[in-house]
Amino acid sequence: MTRDAAIVARGLTRRFGRLVAVNGVDLTIPRARIFGFLGPNGSGKSTTIRMLCGLLEPSAGTVDVLGYRMPQQAEELRSKLGYMTQRFSLWDDLTVRENLEFVARVFGLTALERRQRIAARAEEYGLGPILGQRAGTLSGGQRQRLALASATLHEPELLLLDEPTSAVDPQSRRDFWESLFALVHRGITILVSTHYMDEAERCHRLAILAEGRLVAEGVPQDLMRDIPAAVVEVEAADTAAARIALAGDPAVLSVAQLGVRLHVLIDPAAESPEARVRERLRSAGVEARVESVGASLEDVFVAATGFRNGPEAGREVA
Amino acid sequence: MFQRIFAVMQKELRQLARDRVTFGMIVGIPLMQILLFGYAINFDVRGLKAAVVDEAGTSLSRALAADLEATGVIELQAPSPSVADLRRRIDSGELSVGIVIPADFERRRLDPERAAVQLLVDGSEPMVDGVARSLASVPLPARDGAYPPRTGFYSIYTEFNPERRTAVQIVPALIGVILNMTMVIFTAAAIVRERERGNLELLITTPIRSWELMAGKLLPYVFIGLLQATLVLVVGTLLFDVPVNGSVLEFYLAAALFIAATLTLGLLISTFAQTQLQAFQMAFLTLLPSILLSGFVFPFDGMPKPAQWLAQALPLTHFVEMIRGIVLRGAPITDLGTQAAKLAVFLAIALAIATRRFRKRLD
Repeated sequence: MTRDAAIVARGLTRRFGRLVAVNGVDLTIPRARIFGFLGPNGSGKSTTIRMLCGLLEPSAGTVDVLGYRMPQQAEELRSKLGYMTQRFSLWDDLTVRENLEFVARVFGLTALERRQRIAARAEEYGLGPILGQRAGTLSGGQRQRLALASATLHEPELLLLDEPTSAVDPQSRRDFWESLFALVHRGITILVSTHYMDEAERCHRLAILAEGRLVAEGVPQDLMRDIPAAVVEVEAADTAAARIALAGDPAVLSVAQLGVRLHVLIDPAAESPEARVRERLRSAGVEARVESVGASLEDVFVAATGFRNGPEAGREVA
Repeated sequence: MFQRIFAVMQKELRQLARDRVTFGMIVGIPLMQILLFGYAINFDVRGLKAAVVDEAGTSLSRALAADLEATGVIELQAPSPSVADLRRRIDSGELSVGIVIPADFERRRLDPERAAVQLLVDGSEPMVDGVARSLASVPLPARDGAYPPRTGFYSIYTEFNPERRTAVQIVPALIGVILNMTMVIFTAAAIVRERERGNLELLITTPIRSWELMAGKLLPYVFIGLLQATLVLVVGTLLFDVPVNGSVLEFYLAAALFIAATLTLGLLISTFAQTQLQAFQMAFLTLLPSILLSGFVFPFDGMPKPAQWLAQALPLTHFVEMIRGIVLRGAPITDLGTQAAKLAVFLAIALAIATRRFRKRLD
């Protein structure tokens, strides 16, 4: 496993002054897979990615990326690594074609390679019609396709994508993920950070980060199956009253609202959670439909990042 | 209405207080200005470097030299053996004033038709000519006291600028001021802009090396700088009749060296500034003393010593000396080796610091 891994991190730590942004993270990321980093803002996703590509020096711990020790061997890794920054970081005042030309030259591609690759990426990512347009005038989705085209021009073995879809619409996000799967089919390893549950669910493997720590890691379906809580869904007209009724129960770990429904996580040690919730609501005089359901990834996230039993519990993932 | 104005005011002040560089400028710029103008800038020019060619060698000629120095306007250097040597020393910028006491000084002294002493004045520097003319009011000594000054005792030759036009002094040095302004600001802003916009984060993860990135960013400005230098010189020659007495090749060599030094200064500033505004302010902070202390508007030798020391650290000082030497005095670049060496030292030190600070990492 370790030999074939694209990235191996051990005890990876980064401090900024007194703040510990990343705290003792151990990671093994397999090749030719999409590996997701899920976590709220400030959970250490970007800092981890920056350490992986040699932009930041770890305060402690080691990272090997494609067999290169970071950050000492960062320069040797460069040509095998594609990095898409959280913020659009190509040049607004250059056209799409000029941006791609520039990046291709910086990566040392020959004139022939440049022509072929730019044509191929333009075709793949639908940039053909906008090749002559300045990057500053592009829409969020177009910019993102340009950034991906640019990050893959030199055919890297590993792509690091830092919240690539934070500024694009749902349709563009879907298309973008299709592109990522196409890349993985070609054998590329992709590490993507996100705070969207639906995106996290698409990853082959997922690591959940909270406050700089790795709190859960595995295949998304496994994580949902093995969640350390029972999940009960409550549908009530008066959800506020239902919340108040449930808040007093020590076995209720968290309550999260989805429209008129509540997702209630119950301590797995508690017996018959569904009946427990139903009884609790009935005695409080709240009319509700109660049903045991399978855990969603959001439930996994709430369970992994620490239960907060209150009106805000579980919703502030974004 | 007032509440909204107040809200905007409060926000502005808060943001200002948090931008430490800008905040520092609010205090720093007036302080620097008052110190520069108060101490360094001196219309009462004293201590111009001068030397005597004493062909008479009498006690009276020696007394005259001593009287001239006693005015404080000039500071006598080692005497020159010949007028040719004196001129060479003026060409190279070593001297501002040359005093020639001819062999028949004693006879000329008594002859109302002839000048007894020649003053050679470097007309390439501002104000020197006017100051040197005040020497002509120093009475000539005599065995039994002093002759009151009469017109024609002294003949004054303003070298390189006989018509004493300000444009001649200003235009060549202006090339330096303009280059200093644009080169420092352009490069500092161009580099900081990429950091501000996040471009740098992308560039760092590519195989490009730090020095390749720096060279690629700076080289275009070398051409822009040479273009600007050409423009000012051509306009100066056509419109203001500024003579080009020296070699054009040497002019471009000096300009290229100075451009390299100012670009490096811009690069150095870019490693300190976080925003384009800060880069601009820091550039301004180096520009102000450069203009005032470099000898561009006030003669260098006439400034107090501390101001001269400070000016040694500014590339413009050395360039102004070089460019006036080459363009106006026709001095060969080999005579300006000291100034060129000082520019090169500045370049080397600034480049060493900038390279150390400009690393391909974010932390």
